[in-house]
Amino acid sequence: MTAALGLLGLLGFVGILELVPRIGLVDPRFLPPFSEMVAALGGEVGTPEFWAALGSTVRGWAIGLAIAVAAGVVLGMVIGSIPLLRAATTSTIEFLRPIPSVALIPLAVLLYGPSPQSTLLLVVYASFWQVLVQVLYGVQDVDPVARETARSYRFSAWTQVRRVTWPTTLPYVMTGFRLAAAVALILEITGELVIGSPGLGKQIAVAQSSGAVDTMYALVIVTGVFGVLVNLVARMLERRSLHWHPSVRGEVPR
Amino acid sequence: MTTPTTPPETPGTPAPILEVRGVQKIYQGKQRNVEAVRDLTFSIAAGEMTCIVGPSGAGKTTLLKCVAGLLDTTAGEIVLEGERVTGPPRGMAVVFQEYGRSLFPWLTVRQNVELPLKEKNLPKADRESLVDEALAAVGLADVHGAHPWQLSGGMQQRVAIARAVAYEPHVLLMDEPFAAVDAQTRGELEDLVRALWKRLGVTVLFVTHDIDEAVYLGQRVIVLSMSPTVVLADVAVDLPEQRDQLHTRSLPRFAELRAKVYELIQQSKRGVRPGSGDEHEQPGTAVAADTQSGSM
Amino acid sequence: MSVGSVARRTMLTVGLPVVLVTAWWFATANSTNFFWPPLREILEAFADTWFSNRIMADVVPSLVRLLVGYVLALVLGIGLGVAIGSSRTLRGVVEPVLEFFRAIPPPVLVPILILFAGIGNEMKVLVIVSGCLWPVLLNTVEGVRGLDEVLRDTARCYGLGRRSQLTHLVLRGASPQIAVGARQALSIGIILMVISEMFAASNGVGFTIIQFQRTFAIPEMWSGIILLGLIGITLAFLFRLVESRALAWYRGLRMTQRGEG
Repeated sequence: MTAALGLLGLLGFVGILELVPRIGLVDPRFLPPFSEMVAALGGEVGTPEFWAALGSTVRGWAIGLAIAVAAGVVLGMVIGSIPLLRAATTSTIEFLRPIPSVALIPLAVLLYGPSPQSTLLLVVYASFWQVLVQVLYGVQDVDPVARETARSYRFSAWTQVRRVTWPTTLPYVMTGFRLAAAVALILEITGELVIGSPGLGKQIAVAQSSGAVDTMYALVIVTGVFGVLVNLVARMLERRSLHWHPSVRGEVPR
Repeated sequence: MTTPTTPPETPGTPAPILEVRGVQKIYQGKQRNVEAVRDLTFSIAAGEMTCIVGPSGAGKTTLLKCVAGLLDTTAGEIVLEGERVTGPPRGMAVVFQEYGRSLFPWLTVRQNVELPLKEKNLPKADRESLVDEALAAVGLADVHGAHPWQLSGGMQQRVAIARAVAYEPHVLLMDEPFAAVDAQTRGELEDLVRALWKRLGVTVLFVTHDIDEAVYLGQRVIVLSMSPTVVLADVAVDLPEQRDQLHTRSLPRFAELRAKVYELIQQSKRGVRPGSGDEHEQPGTAVAADTQSGSM
Repeated sequence: MSVGSVARRTMLTVGLPVVLVTAWWFATANSTNFFWPPLREILEAFADTWFSNRIMADVVPSLVRLLVGYVLALVLGIGLGVAIGSSRTLRGVVEPVLEFFRAIPPPVLVPILILFAGIGNEMKVLVIVSGCLWPVLLNTVEGVRGLDEVLRDTARCYGLGRRSQLTHLVLRGASPQIAVGARQALSIGIILMVISEMFAASNGVGFTIIQFQRTFAIPEMWSGIILLGLIGITLAFLFRLVESRALAWYRGLRMTQRGEG
């Protein structure tokens, strides 16, 4: 039932995209009919450049995300587990977090030029905070009774982390991962678009400046589909990590 | 349609304020339809305190939601003060079991009680006095500015009762209102409901799964069958009007009535229904029929 | 609170930031590296660059565009969100489409909207609106859908009319979720404000910073980065201020629930 409605919605949307330029509501030079976008996509899919661009985007996204998650989890566990360290870093984290990652664009360009590293810098910076903050929430959420129990049985510090802190934190890590995955994609595309590092974003900019509007839309659709896949997989992983936890967390890219 | 379970209209009985006539409720599901309520008929006199008991899964909540106008009935009708109920009627207030979820958490206690009155377009002065009186009546004169979640469960349910009282309903519906509070608070709240009922002369329909509570509170206990629900028995409670937790509950008559209702509930759980073959073999039903003549 | 604990907390709060800034100051004090000028120079450049007519010429236009776009997105997102969230059928129909729009990285809207609206203010506001809209919209839908059933019944029983249900029940009840969306939208809005200017503009903070970078005015570029940081921090702070006022009830409610559980 829901699936049927959803399909209806998607078909309706596609229908509108097809009709609106055809009946002249919108200039087809700005918004070509959907069928032309699909045709352009078909043409793109046949070119090695498309696959190279897609590969660059996925690679940059995945590497940036991996670095951010690793750094966020390790630092989060360390900072979260040591109360003094946590207290001392809270203000700094609160201060650095809202700094928009795009502020780093000129610096990245200066340091690395239009290379994948420039974009990687943005991706890592933006998604790192998502993970770090969630891990800190998670460590804080550890049941004090469980902690006391572990201590009274003289668990070693490592065992405490592995058996008590980590299981509680895991769902938060997964939430951080989901948020970071979405944010990383936004910044990956942003970097490609603005800095000109290789990837779908750059292809979109190229298509736009060369007037290949249908190709531009086709590539935008590809980024959207990739985004949907990222969201679906990340949500599935998050749900798998079973624990209920506050659903009030949201993705906050910057 | 024969309605053997309806109390006979004896002379001197006040006119019914609420009538439930042949109500049926079928939930339309995707795969199959579920008949929650089959055929319910009873009427409540103005100013009466009636308790409805039934085992869990007896469609109590469904019935109450239909009476409250929150659910449409599949067949039959509900008539309140001569008008057919099609949506939540004006002269009715409801106290829900989930007190924590039925108070607006973003409003203070006072605002919670006042909001429905604002909606009635009452002048400010009238609202103020109604809210003050209602909160004082439930013993919460000093927590106006607090938010509901700052109070204990029992106090939250008092706020909900105050809201209902301030609304000045003719009929007050209570859906297992004390199922989620601790035993001591429960006793206090039961006495509060009795006191308010007497003072305000309001008609109360009190749904519960607790036999003791039903007998202690009611002038009359309607026992429901298992789903699909029909009325299994209608027991008059001939306990003294002046009731208190200690004495009333230790009266021999209380124990008898309690046993009666208990037996009826057990029958209900076994799937006994009026009109089914077992009926005549069950002493409980006979008792129920017997007590009807003594009602009111 | 004793004097000692106040001193301790102050130390913990300002300690690390002071150490970091001092470290930056001394590490770059005698820097001759072109890319990493001394912090002193950057701060001088900050005063010279931004405390001049650039505030009016660049900073204010950027912020006005952000504000207009953000507010429009909030109004539109909440309005549509309430409508969609209130109807099960409508939700079923549009949800997949909305999920798709949400998943499109908002910056790709810039080249698209340039087609429609050129490179003027309209384009930038439009970019901000169409990027900020989705998180607000989807979270509002979520919030309206998640309204407590008992609370809805209560509102109906006590005769709350449509208007009253909207203001007292729907909007208030969904407000925690709307705030989540609004916070995401603010971050996206800042990103879009900057990159729409970097992509195509003749004024604005993003435009100016990129100009500095292209002309290798390095201390000025750094001062621009710091300015953007300050804008981000200030807006996040203002958001938190508003949120903590509007959602004080929600925090209290959650804390009691956590205490019980």
